[in-house]
Amino acid sequence: MPVEKITQVSQTKPWLGGLAPRAGEPLLYGLYTHGIAGERFFREIKDNGKFVGTRCPKCNLIYLPPRIYCERCFNGLEEWVEIPNRGIVYTFTAAYVDLDDNRLEKPVIIALIRFDGIHGGLIHKLGEVEPGKVNFGMKVEAVFKEKEKREGNILDIEYFRPI
Amino acid sequence: MGMRRVAIVGAGMTKFMRRAQETGKELAWEAAKMALDSCGLTLKDVDCVVMGTAPDAFDMIHMKAEYLSDGAGAWRKPYVRGFLGGGTGVFTACHAWYHIASGLFDVCLAVAEEKMSSCMPHPQGAFFTCWDQFTESPLGTSLLWFFAWEMNRYMTIHGISERDIALVSVKNKKNALDHPCAQVAADITVDDVMNSEVMAWPVKRLDVSPTSDGAVALVYAAEEVAKRITDKPVWVEGVGWCLDTMYIGQRDLYYPKYVEYAARMAYRMAGIKEPDKEIDIAEPYDPFDYKELHNAEGLLLCGKGEAIKLLLDGVTQRTGRQPWCPSGGALGVGNAIAATGLMKVAEIFWQLRGEAGKRQVPGKPRRGVAQAWGDEMQVGTVIVLGT
Amino acid sequence: MSEKIKVWPGTPLTDEDFAEKRILYTVWEPNLKYAWDTGIGYGRYFAELKKGKIIGTRCNKCRRVLLPARVFCEWCFRTVDEWVYLKDTGTVNTFSIAYTDWKADRIKEPQIPALIEIDGSDGVAIMHLIGEVDPQKVKIGMRVKAVWKPEEEREGAITDIKYWKPLEEE
Repeated sequence: MPVEKITQVSQTKPWLGGLAPRAGEPLLYGLYTHGIAGERFFREIKDNGKFVGTRCPKCNLIYLPPRIYCERCFNGLEEWVEIPNRGIVYTFTAAYVDLDDNRLEKPVIIALIRFDGIHGGLIHKLGEVEPGKVNFGMKVEAVFKEKEKREGNILDIEYFRPI
Repeated sequence: MGMRRVAIVGAGMTKFMRRAQETGKELAWEAAKMALDSCGLTLKDVDCVVMGTAPDAFDMIHMKAEYLSDGAGAWRKPYVRGFLGGGTGVFTACHAWYHIASGLFDVCLAVAEEKMSSCMPHPQGAFFTCWDQFTESPLGTSLLWFFAWEMNRYMTIHGISERDIALVSVKNKKNALDHPCAQVAADITVDDVMNSEVMAWPVKRLDVSPTSDGAVALVYAAEEVAKRITDKPVWVEGVGWCLDTMYIGQRDLYYPKYVEYAARMAYRMAGIKEPDKEIDIAEPYDPFDYKELHNAEGLLLCGKGEAIKLLLDGVTQRTGRQPWCPSGGALGVGNAIAATGLMKVAEIFWQLRGEAGKRQVPGKPRRGVAQAWGDEMQVGTVIVLGT
Repeated sequence: MSEKIKVWPGTPLTDEDFAEKRILYTVWEPNLKYAWDTGIGYGRYFAELKKGKIIGTRCNKCRRVLLPARVFCEWCFRTVDEWVYLKDTGTVNTFSIAYTDWKADRIKEPQIPALIEIDGSDGVAIMHLIGEVDPQKVKIGMRVKAVWKPEEEREGAITDIKYWKPLEEE
């Protein structure tokens, strides 16, 4: 069956669309409740500048971020434990481009920070340090925003800085 | 058939709510834990997990099944998600069946979850991207159009009035008054339905089920294992699923042929020759009132255009010869898309065991069929359960 | 089940819980843009729409017309046999009168979306809108004709047809 072939590139025309705002209004956006565990976790950060986790007595694990159930034994967790806001850098990377592939003015260092005796960890930015100076196992502590500026989400932490 | 017999041995579900505080993970856990507790099993006893959850766009989380996995008990277990749009819930019930029937696993946990409230400004908008981006969405296609077209065609070809169809909404919302998890149970009249806001004629607000957050879980076990867990196993007797063409202009909307094919697949497996006589209770999918009639015809529970007569004669009431949607269905309990399908399977499970409380259908029903539908309005998924 | 269990899990929230920020939540606005290629079938379909014509393809084995035009038949799974021009008149297969839009917001002027069986295709329908008619007068089986945008305004899209209006036949 004969098929028309395009001979000039200018004739090709992609169809554009997407899930992006139109005329300033979002087409579709997500509204996420933090959940039962998340509610307590982020309130502690917002109101008290503290981290908390949940402990499973059967498996002897403390979850961070906290969950209301243990993923291993499936029991409901009701024991909340305070976690000091000092940890170590488990791994890290420095991002030089943003999500749209534009070059960033300054590289952003993202790290997975783990805490002593805690199952899990937090992903966040590292601040007050240059990429070349970060190493595995480096001790860091959380720097929170001022209390009035906190909203009850992960950005209430400005970054983690080396101690 | 050469395959192992498989039974459902436990079930659990959360309330169906317009907006839940729980995250999707927490909803999945609540339902799954309840299902395991109901049959005295722990997560260690579960060999594999299957998940059913409909468009990622509802929860606004990409790769939703992976996100839900720990809440569904799938940590370090074989885990897979099935997705068939609105047909997902009953497909998940079939999916769990073949994990065990194949001989690969002995105990399977089936979980279905949906958290539609995350999608703003309205979950209906999430369907925007499911239309053909070239020939359909430029027209500003809305989900309701499809239902309105189908309802119009069904009504016009068979000569059924809107007032008669509204009786389904009245029946199901009333049935749901006895369901502890129901979101929109109510005692309404046909006039209430006829006077409700017209959204896309002939669809009116009270013809439609609400969007919901919720989760349902079922525990499946192979024959020898099931008999050790409970003395009232509910056997999976038949499964079926079938898809039709995506091109809406190429199928006639007045009759769901794909539901018939799925139903025949399930009935053949179950050895059912006359479904209208051999099925005791049915849970056809009812996101809209006319859909219960439409799908019931596809399930071969009556002839084309005859479902309305059964409704008017009281046959499909809970006290009738063949109750349809004794749970209250999506119209009464709520429509958390994937979770709704599995809720219907759970209802048949509880009914066949005599554990449906105030909703219990009299007369010791022995065989039930649950069906879900959806996707691009072209999938039928069917499961037949029996004792 | 029902008799034994008293408390069913789930924590329902109200609109006020959100408005008064009694519970914490996060908002994300996606910024995802896409550029799709139409493919061979649709590419020709739209090129013909730009010229003011509707084109489909025919599978001789299944003896049917495929519309919108596609290059393989999904029933017998082979490439189609020929392109075939169709008329721009048709019959209404089903329709609705929509008072809400895709976001579930109310709209002032109702829209009349419909499936229209295109003449020449043996009953294959495409989705479009009906206009220039009182919504209450639309009926299944009604004959309609396409109202095209003027040639300079057509871009090669389904919207090159503005809507379909009732066809007066002798």
